[in-house]
Amino acid sequence: MSEIQCGKKNKQEPSDNYWEAVLFEFLQLVIGGVSIGCIYALVALGFVLIYKATEVVNFAQGDLMMLGAFLAFTFITILGWNYWLGALAAIVCMFVIGNLMDRAILRPVLGQPQFSIIMITIGVGYIARSAAGMMPGWGNETYAISTPFSSQGMRLIPESMGQLVVSQTDLSVIVATLLFCAGLFAFFKYTRLGVAMQASSQNQLASYYMGIPVKAVFSMIWGISAAVAAAAGILLAPTTLIDTNMGFIGLKAFPAAVLGGFGSIPGAVVGGVIIGIIETLAGFYLPPGFKNVAAYLVLLLVLVVRPQGLFGEKTGKRV
Amino acid sequence: MRFLFKTDYDQDIRLAKHSGYYWSYGALLVLITAVPFVLDSYYVGQLTQLYIMAIAGVGLMLLSGYTGLVSLGHAAFFGIGAYTEAVLTAGVTLPFMSEPVVFPFVLSFPLAAIFAAIAGVIIGVPALRLMGIYLAMATFAFAIVVEEIFSRWESVTNGYTGLLVESLYIGDMELTDGRPFYFLSLGMLIMVILFSLNLLRSPTGRAMMAVRDSEISAQSMGVNLAKVKTTAFGISAGITGLAGALFAHKLGFLSPESFTVLQSLELLVLVIVGGLGSLHGAIFGAMFVLALPQALAIMKDYLPLYIAEQPGLEPLIFGMILVFFIIFEPLGIYGRWLKVKLYFQMFPLYKKATFKRQKSYMKSERLR
Amino acid sequence: MTLFAAENLAINFGGVKAVDGVTFDIQEGECFTIIGPNGAGKTTIFNLISRIYDSTEGRMMFCGEDITTVPPHEIAGRGIARTFQNIELFEHASVLQNLLVGRHCHKTTSLWSEALFLPSVRKAELAHREKVEEVIDFLDLQHYRDSMIMNLPYGVRKVVELGRALCTEPKLILLDEPSSGLNVEETQDMSFWIEDIKKDLGITVLMVEHDMGLVSEVSDRVLVLNYGRMLSYGTPQEVQNDPEVIKAYLGG
Repeated sequence: MSEIQCGKKNKQEPSDNYWEAVLFEFLQLVIGGVSIGCIYALVALGFVLIYKATEVVNFAQGDLMMLGAFLAFTFITILGWNYWLGALAAIVCMFVIGNLMDRAILRPVLGQPQFSIIMITIGVGYIARSAAGMMPGWGNETYAISTPFSSQGMRLIPESMGQLVVSQTDLSVIVATLLFCAGLFAFFKYTRLGVAMQASSQNQLASYYMGIPVKAVFSMIWGISAAVAAAAGILLAPTTLIDTNMGFIGLKAFPAAVLGGFGSIPGAVVGGVIIGIIETLAGFYLPPGFKNVAAYLVLLLVLVVRPQGLFGEKTGKRV
Repeated sequence: MRFLFKTDYDQDIRLAKHSGYYWSYGALLVLITAVPFVLDSYYVGQLTQLYIMAIAGVGLMLLSGYTGLVSLGHAAFFGIGAYTEAVLTAGVTLPFMSEPVVFPFVLSFPLAAIFAAIAGVIIGVPALRLMGIYLAMATFAFAIVVEEIFSRWESVTNGYTGLLVESLYIGDMELTDGRPFYFLSLGMLIMVILFSLNLLRSPTGRAMMAVRDSEISAQSMGVNLAKVKTTAFGISAGITGLAGALFAHKLGFLSPESFTVLQSLELLVLVIVGGLGSLHGAIFGAMFVLALPQALAIMKDYLPLYIAEQPGLEPLIFGMILVFFIIFEPLGIYGRWLKVKLYFQMFPLYKKATFKRQKSYMKSERLR
Repeated sequence: MTLFAAENLAINFGGVKAVDGVTFDIQEGECFTIIGPNGAGKTTIFNLISRIYDSTEGRMMFCGEDITTVPPHEIAGRGIARTFQNIELFEHASVLQNLLVGRHCHKTTSLWSEALFLPSVRKAELAHREKVEEVIDFLDLQHYRDSMIMNLPYGVRKVVELGRALCTEPKLILLDEPSSGLNVEETQDMSFWIEDIKKDLGITVLMVEHDMGLVSEVSDRVLVLNYGRMLSYGTPQEVQNDPEVIKAYLGG
């Protein structure tokens, strides 16, 4: 009996090692996927916040992210501020920019069909991209921000067990995403302003009557959303570097938001992470080309099977 | 001011509502027929391009303006039409034939439209269960997948290397250049417009508008939502595919870069700036989209060098015009046209308040 | 003759029984009214009949045929038309176009003949128009023929919606609160029209209504619902004197 077992073990040893390597490779990819997925999640979070409140899909979200990253670049690299101070300043600036954007551009079109408002955000995206390209010191080149995080891998498990590492950069993204989500969740649940925001997103007219300054609330939400986008841009900067077209990554966040149901904050995060993982895995295991479209194929599939997204509620009009 | 006395139900069905239509559209027809014999070839080419864009615009208008379904991926249908045309006119090796078959244009154009229409129906089927933003996202995803197919299916599309498009000939005359191409595109545009007008004045067109305004009551009136939506997608994609087929000859060289998300957005801008919900809007929109780069090129000569040399100038102005239009003239150029027309009709009694917009609050479109 | 019959009809929304074991029949040529406090499930019954909701139990018979699982867009073709509580007109179209959509269930032309606008299409369109004009005459809508719905006052919209339902040439018309939002005079007009629809056009009426004046004026039989269950069933007088009904409305 024992002899046979021994024999079996000896025979399988090389193959065990092989599978172990495959498994660790897979896990390593998943970690990378989660990290990029968190960026998608942060951008998707921005979509969801605005959509929940105003039913507008902000196509300029990716460009807001780009602006945030450039602001951080200006503060940290050009002006030489401390990283944390620069990042915070960029986030605050973007909050103000988002707020002003709502006041100046979106408030006048309140009540028009969603479609036109979506087109406005597309227009804003165009403006933001070309304006960033024209800014002295920014321009159409690629830049890097020096960060305190090293891109060196940290071991997650003892070396004897295998090769599984996570870089500080990736870790910073994951931790920041979790912090942001927790913060937003608490904000909506426990603060007066958060509850007012929820109310105005459910019924604008009724909220007016209840004395909620709906317009100010909307501007606030645009501000928060832009701030989240800025954070995403700053976190993304070490991975992809900064250029005026980095906003197109926002297009990848759409599938994430839809996957999560486009109205649900936890949904956006889960959707983002799923998209990140699938994309990374597809890039490694499938033929070239699939990496670019994997996210969208998943999106189409989900929409066919479950039209309201994974976390969305199924709604119908009452007559 | 003209007063119409209606004595016959047919008067409401006719395309020309009164004699003024014959005069104005007749004059327009004479003008555009004379144009290629007067202007030099550059402008003839530009006008040809205008007609092609207008065809695509009409296609998208039927879907977005009349059926209320937003598509963020019409470049895909445009591209499918273009590649089909290029491949068919270059010659296809069919399984049961030894020599490649070269399709004549009378066959290849309809086939290009049909291929695009089939793609439209395919994306239309999941669209039945999708509303608003989910639908827009589905079309968006579809367009990105199609774009990737264009660049990866190298045996057919030649990928990023690009695909040369054969010119078409009738006898010795080259059909796809200069005046003949101008008239070919113009003819196609007129055909497509008549086709759309006919649809819009018959039950299918009314069902489309019904679906746009209230799905639930359309359904209760006997409108089969699934059928109307897929039909709208199919027709819209087919028309856009036809425009794509013409566009293939206009470009002469196809590569996936011509059919990206940006192209889809440009088509959307076309219908919005032109004026949603009117066929005039599609034409005005096409004029806008083509005239803008020209206007900018002229404007650049008068701008200070530092600004004029910025590569981002064009998208900047493009974006600004889009934003300004939606804020100040949501009905688009066609809306402005109506106002100007009414101003002269009512002169001097025109009241500004006629078109005053009501203050409105956000209406949820999540449920419709 | 029984035109419509609901047998043991029931629907649950996530455990809530919105309609529970409702059985009634509508005779040809009568005006049948469903009343009941808010949330009693009246509109839900309408939505069940027009097949917007799937019933969890029971079945519906119309003209001797089972319509429990017929797709919603075929209901109009079978002869059941409806109006909505909060007006569901096609806002960006004219009154005429709205009424013509009501003719959709009688569409005979195919897509391709329409695209070419063949003579057959023109003929069909003229025939539809003639039917629509009959309804316009019936409801005195001549004045509004070419107006856009979004520019019309509420009362007129209500009439247009009734007209759109009539354009389908129904055997049974479902009116969801025909008098809600109307003033006294308009309500009076509405009650005359309902009478005329019943008597002159020979269309059977099923309505949901709160205005008891209107109910007792036009209806032949009344069904009272409360919490999705049948409370009472009979002529308006019988129902109004039923102690159960009084209890449900007045409490106690």
